[in-house]
Amino acid sequence: MTLRNLARAGLGFLLLTGLLAGGVHARADEVAAAAPGDILNVSYDVGRELFAEINPVFQAKWKAEKGADVTINQSHGGTSKQARSILEGLQADVVTFNQVTDVQLLHDKGQLIPADWQAKFPNKSSPFYSLPSFLVRAGNPKNIKDWDDLARDDVKVIFPNPKTSGNARYTYLAATAFALDKFGGDQAKATEFVKKIFANVPVFDAGGRAATTTFVERGIGDVLVTFEAEVQGARKEFGADKYDAVTPSLSLLAEFPVAVVESVAAKRGSQDVSTAYLNFLYTPEAQEIIARHAYRATDGTVAKAHAADFPAVKLVTAEDVFGGWEKIAKEHFASGGLLDQAFVNQ
Amino acid sequence: MSGLPSPIGSALVTDLPGPVHHDDDSAPHRQRRIGQRPAVRRSLIGLAAFVGAGFLLLPVVVIFVEALRLGLGPYFEAISESATRHAIWLTVLTAIVVVPVNIGFGICAAWAITRFTFKGKKLLITLIEIPFSISPIVAGVAYLFLYGSQGLLGPLLAAYEVQVMFTVPAIFLVSLFVTSPFVARELIATMQVQGNDYEEAALSLGASGWKTFLLVTLPGMKWGLLYGALLCNARVMGEFGAVSVVSGSIRGQTNTLPLQIELLFNDFSSVGAFAAATILTLLALLSLAGKIWLERQR
Amino acid sequence: MAVTTATPPRHHRRRRVIPGFGLTLGITLAYLAIIVLAPVLALALKAASLTAAEYWAVVSSPRAVATYKITVGSALIATLVNAVIGLLLAWVLVNYDFPGRRFLDALVDLPFALPTAVAGISLTALLGPNGWIGQWVEPLGWKIAYAQPGIVIAMAFTSLPFVVRTIQPVLEEMEPEAEEAGLMLGASDGQVFRRVIFPTILPAFIAGSALAFARSLGEFGAVIFIAGNLPMETEITALLTVIRLEEFEYPAAAALASVMLLAAFVMLFVTNAIQLWHLKYVRGD
Repeated sequence: MTLRNLARAGLGFLLLTGLLAGGVHARADEVAAAAPGDILNVSYDVGRELFAEINPVFQAKWKAEKGADVTINQSHGGTSKQARSILEGLQADVVTFNQVTDVQLLHDKGQLIPADWQAKFPNKSSPFYSLPSFLVRAGNPKNIKDWDDLARDDVKVIFPNPKTSGNARYTYLAATAFALDKFGGDQAKATEFVKKIFANVPVFDAGGRAATTTFVERGIGDVLVTFEAEVQGARKEFGADKYDAVTPSLSLLAEFPVAVVESVAAKRGSQDVSTAYLNFLYTPEAQEIIARHAYRATDGTVAKAHAADFPAVKLVTAEDVFGGWEKIAKEHFASGGLLDQAFVNQ
Repeated sequence: MSGLPSPIGSALVTDLPGPVHHDDDSAPHRQRRIGQRPAVRRSLIGLAAFVGAGFLLLPVVVIFVEALRLGLGPYFEAISESATRHAIWLTVLTAIVVVPVNIGFGICAAWAITRFTFKGKKLLITLIEIPFSISPIVAGVAYLFLYGSQGLLGPLLAAYEVQVMFTVPAIFLVSLFVTSPFVARELIATMQVQGNDYEEAALSLGASGWKTFLLVTLPGMKWGLLYGALLCNARVMGEFGAVSVVSGSIRGQTNTLPLQIELLFNDFSSVGAFAAATILTLLALLSLAGKIWLERQR
Repeated sequence: MAVTTATPPRHHRRRRVIPGFGLTLGITLAYLAIIVLAPVLALALKAASLTAAEYWAVVSSPRAVATYKITVGSALIATLVNAVIGLLLAWVLVNYDFPGRRFLDALVDLPFALPTAVAGISLTALLGPNGWIGQWVEPLGWKIAYAQPGIVIAMAFTSLPFVVRTIQPVLEEMEPEAEEAGLMLGASDGQVFRRVIFPTILPAFIAGSALAFARSLGEFGAVIFIAGNLPMETEITALLTVIRLEEFEYPAAAALASVMLLAAFVMLFVTNAIQLWHLKYVRGD
């Protein structure tokens, strides 16, 4: 190649690089400059129907109060996967997760939210709660009543991958809490118990919804362990005559923490609408919708009105049994921790 | 070869005698003597028809039947849902961006390869064909390791606040990767056959290079160009694996039509998923019709 | 594009009359570098960041090995199925005239044009336990969807056109003299096919099958909807890579992706070698 040709080759190269880089950059600028006519709510997997109903109500309210249109975009998936996407750069204005540790990750790994995020909204930033519960096939042919039954050799259990899904980690913690209660606090026996349950799981989907699909559409497994709200939702969707709900004797209170992703909201100028959106979740109006979707409301009046819909259950909290989320993160969820020891199917 | 090109390469595409296109209007070009006994003939045709109907046609039929299971009303409701509408728009937009860029690349590559001799030409052709042989998932993962926060350029991009992963440009980029060989491959085959005698004549008569390209080269390769663009377009609109890794699947933002289908499938919305699938299927059938028309033109 | 910046041709140059070499080659190389090579390099670097022992632990874990077996095994069966069906279709399309021949010919390209996700949900709707076909075969004890046969069918569907489209032109171009000589010598149809026709189309047959196999190895969209995705049983390598990614096990994902990349390069090499052989054969060198 002659010098001249080499120069031309270089010119072509630069031109193309410039075009591509320019295109990407222009797009990035556009995103940054856009008025927050929309916000992105990055959420847990099985919350699709709930937020599909809540969002239009908030949008109407925001329009009435501020005279501005706002669109809430949703992204649903296993919350650990979602948290990692946000750390990778997914531009979430707010998160509505189902596990404290996954929100905490946004602070610990990326400084995207303040350390005191749990103090920003009422009830430790958790507008509603639920608990891991069971969905079995009609008539409960395997006679599954409690966590013990999940460890039986003849039972196939379905729940998502605890590495990617907050839902599945509640299942893990609830089963551990049950075992600790049963074996008088013996952690080694509890790990053994949970290991047996894990061994009964033929497939670990990435999120709670995929697990429901596996159980319902593919007909795999005898029992699906997921949030009470999803158990009722699946029965509503696929027929209460085809599936029965079973509430175990003991379960873990599952918080649904929310946070404004400050760094993104600041960049996009969406703090006001994001904060208003999350505050809206605490209003009686939203709590009513939440209760109708079989989540347990934190608003006293709404909770009372729906009390009949929710069976009584012995609910323990992460603080009671495990000494808080920080400890759980360190002892259970850290790489090589207790979860990894039980979750051998790598 | 006739038909769509192989996703893996004949790196030796320049050695090919050019696309072979059988004339569809004629009957089979020659009666072969063997296999003509009525019993053999009938059973073989019957078997082929069975395979065609059961294995190739039925999957298309099932899409439309499932989409219209609840009637026309729910069907139109499903495809006019805002997230699905946005997915259709994004899919079309991706094609609008990606196909012209790959046409430009294809023309440059074919020009350099078929009009000049240089060292390393075979290697270059193999390089062009690489995306055909790589699984779309690997393509997506590779882009994540280039532009993601843990990737090669991630920290640099973050310093300039340029976000690539989980944005629409990321979808463009992986689509460019996956479909880059389509136009180039067709054009290399076409221009190889075309030869450069006319161009040399035009140039020696004093025409400029640009004019020669527009008036001599372009008309000659027009069908090959359209054919490659058609194949490229079909693949861009249908790409699933690579896009699913880099898109972040935000409804109404970075969800292309194939991703929207998966999402609706997981939403228990069978009619919604199949309704979205009918749109892609219609586009595929349109591509097939276009392909048949183009083959007649050549 | 940037072609407008091409400089006028220089007639005094002896070797190259045609202009635009530097420009077009420059753009080609730049584009390949940015769009194709950079990401592949980034992936290789990420995989190389593991120590040999770590890398080996990831790629030889029982679950990973199970995915290789399922992926390669299913692709092999799918290729065998396609070899038979593809040969049949090519033979019928070339040799017989019948109503609907052109329609059938057009149908063969359908799997290329149909997006893989669409193929995935449609095959699932056909073969699933409640599907059109699935509901009849399930009671017989055959499980197709969410089991290995489902993977095989998805792979076979997406790669069928390769075999047909590679054999078809060779069958069309074949000279009749040899088979006629065979017939005159009293050979039966079957003998002529085995001794004369099949050896002639064999290189194309193998080339088409190799292409189909390579495509099956990399298939993702159509497979995941129908596979069931049970670890150790119906999980393909591409899916395990995605799962590792979602678990934030980036180095593990990179290692698995690098195995697939390597397999792709091997297949690229093999198919190129076969096609070279095939072309020699076609030209009668």
